Amino acid sequence: MTAAAPKTGGLLTRDTLTAFVRKYLIVLIFLAMCVLLAIFSPNHSFVQGQNLINVVRQISVIGLLALGVMLCIIAMGIDLSLGSVLGLSAVVTASLVQQAGWKEALYPGFAAPFFVAVLAGLAVGIILGAVNGSLIAFFRIPPFIATLGMMTIARGLAYIYSNGRPVSTLIPDFLFLGGGDILGIPVPIVIFGTVIVLTHLMLNFTRFGRHVYAIGGNETAARVSGVNIGRTKILIYTFSGLMAGLGGVVITARVQSATPALGMGYELDAIASAVIGGTSFAGGIGTVWGTVVGALIIGVMNNGLDLLNVSPFYQQVVKGVIIIVAIIIDERKNR
Amino acid sequence: MGDEVLLRMTGISKAFPGVQALDDVHLDVEAGTVHALMGENGAGKSTLMKVLAGIYRADSGSIELNGREVNIPDSATALGLGIAMIHQELSPVPAMTVAENIFLGREPVNRFRLVDKRQMVANARAVFDRWQIDLDPRRVMKTLSVAQMQMVEIAKAISTDARLVIMDEPTSAITEREVEHLHRMIRSLRETGVSVIYITHKMDEVFKIADKVTVFRDGRHVATLPAAELDRQKLITLMVGRELTHLFPKEDVEIGEVVMSVRGLTRHGVISDITFDLRRGEILGLAGLMGAGRTEVLEAIFGVTKVDAGEIVMKGKAVHISSPADAIEAGMGLLTEDRKLTGIMGVLSVRDNMTIANLNRFSPGGILRKRQMEVACQGQREALAIKTPSLAQLVRNLSGGNQQKVLVSRWLLTLPDVLMIDEPTRGIDVGAKSEIHRLMSGLAKEGKAILMVSSEMPEILGMSDRVLVMAGGRITAEFSRAEVTQERVLEAATLVAPAA
Repeated sequence: MTAAAPKTGGLLTRDTLTAFVRKYLIVLIFLAMCVLLAIFSPNHSFVQGQNLINVVRQISVIGLLALGVMLCIIAMGIDLSLGSVLGLSAVVTASLVQQAGWKEALYPGFAAPFFVAVLAGLAVGIILGAVNGSLIAFFRIPPFIATLGMMTIARGLAYIYSNGRPVSTLIPDFLFLGGGDILGIPVPIVIFGTVIVLTHLMLNFTRFGRHVYAIGGNETAARVSGVNIGRTKILIYTFSGLMAGLGGVVITARVQSATPALGMGYELDAIASAVIGGTSFAGGIGTVWGTVVGALIIGVMNNGLDLLNVSPFYQQVVKGVIIIVAIIIDERKNR
Repeated sequence: MGDEVLLRMTGISKAFPGVQALDDVHLDVEAGTVHALMGENGAGKSTLMKVLAGIYRADSGSIELNGREVNIPDSATALGLGIAMIHQELSPVPAMTVAENIFLGREPVNRFRLVDKRQMVANARAVFDRWQIDLDPRRVMKTLSVAQMQMVEIAKAISTDARLVIMDEPTSAITEREVEHLHRMIRSLRETGVSVIYITHKMDEVFKIADKVTVFRDGRHVATLPAAELDRQKLITLMVGRELTHLFPKEDVEIGEVVMSVRGLTRHGVISDITFDLRRGEILGLAGLMGAGRTEVLEAIFGVTKVDAGEIVMKGKAVHISSPADAIEAGMGLLTEDRKLTGIMGVLSVRDNMTIANLNRFSPGGILRKRQMEVACQGQREALAIKTPSLAQLVRNLSGGNQQKVLVSRWLLTLPDVLMIDEPTRGIDVGAKSEIHRLMSGLAKEGKAILMVSSEMPEILGMSDRVLVMAGGRITAEFSRAEVTQERVLEAATLVAPAA
């Protein structure tokens, strides 16, 4: 093979290499980060003991939100209410599983079976998500505005519901969802993994999934092709809300209490994960694995900067730079 | 007045991908005259005027104003030279006032370099008074009627002290009385020595206000004559006098039973009392000038827009269609006019683009049968000879002709009885054009019924078994393949129909 004829011959031509790098750029960056951290973290602490498991456990909640907002972004929308809906779901869930003997409980003397509390948390997400979707589909409110409104409404409801106080002292059955293991794997990771698989199947193997991409690809064309735009949008935001509800349940079980301020700003990390993972604000583009890697990058970055003793002030700057660089790469790829 | 040449364009050529829009065109306009430009859709009138207004750059040719050669690279230069264009599609800033729109980009300022609103309103009022326009300059643009907005556009053009005002179909959206006012304004402009170039499809207007008429056809200059030496018949002959070539091979096939009947379809102000039958094996051409309501008929049938009255019968059964999904269910497909805007989903794959309208077929219970879909898509790719490296290729990377084939596949996979195609070959190069035509002919042979909207006369004449002509939202004529001629179609298309 000569330089003059790069297109002929074997597997490793320049073209196939470029294509490979383009396609898996985000994974390569992630791997490079891990290798660098493994080498340069003090005592190689990045790969020691439980650290890697902890990273994944930490991103599992952000990861759920990221999958939710990814659907919205693919369909040329956004969901800014994720963090607040998570907060409301958390206090509602926690209030139903406070230990019956706890005097300062919201409902003293009452404790529901843990699955009732879980269903209540999920219901909060589903209902608020469906409201978001209806506002967008029927009242033609731009997603940014509709979910911005919902963001402060849900946060306010969380404070009202909890009287502004932490909701703690929860029953052990429930705490299993945050601290327990299944076959040695922490339950939050099991939940996250299950949702990853289901979301991937939903996007690629159901009619609904293809409709999501079609709306982002060209809404008018999708409409003329018989896609029910309104119904699809409601389902998209309901799914996003469900992810926030589930996130509220998981995080409550993990930190063993819920405060009405829980999840503040999480929607931004979720959006960042989706975008770093290649989800395009121009619509029609985004994959589950990309978003998961995006969330992992955010998690590893936070963890790594901690291990390297970088001040939290600088961490914010670094995170912002990475998000912007990801968008620039995305723009160039789509040109 | 009228002897001195104000504008001289010579040897102007302009090509777009796949089409020579202007071919060595010349145009002389004398000072203080109204000069009408006429020709069919795509004859090159608007393109030439956009060259003059600095919106397009010509590939070759020269422009002289008052005997001096000028270079017009952008619209600011055109304005500076005293050339103002009023576009067919008005582009006001809706949230600003009338005065702000008129002086957009050249606002009068006070000594602090701040915009002097009072001065601006006064200036606007002076212009309005002089031209007897009855309008408050402080009104917000979006509260005006179309005709009023047009008056504002004209006032804007005049207030720049233009020597040459170009109007591109200014009367296509306004009422009879407003037309009268517009014509009065044009006459008083002429009296002050301003020249007006007036693009129109309406013949009676030409005879009312034009001093001279230039006819274009297929991007070439055909003739320039004083309006007094012309009549309707002569004009039509000049506009269509083209040799018909047999580029378009609709095969004769047996025409079968009626598959779709449309009865009295009406959408107030847009289309009126549309009635026709469509048979198996038939290609029914829908001809007419831009704005005649052809696309609107397709959209109404397909449930894209709501209708006020009318009935659609498919295969003998009355169907109620309130959305495209209903139409697909009833056995129709619609290839829209604007491939980019309403057809393809550019960032999605060929496969996704092919299957979006027919997912129901492949997903009992909502779960996609990927293997069946793959087989169906590969089948389409081979049958239509779609040139793409793979079905995973993004559709925006395909050529226009291949994108169009992907869209045809999309609808064929819904197994339609009726396929409606709006401008089947717009923006497609010649080779791909005849492929699409062969494809349509083949579909008719298989027993599909095709309703085709086209602005290209040869396509209408070559492909249609029967032609309906529309004007002003109504069907004004019907011709069989044997009867149809260019002259007859154009005659029916330029009939001034009562407003729909």
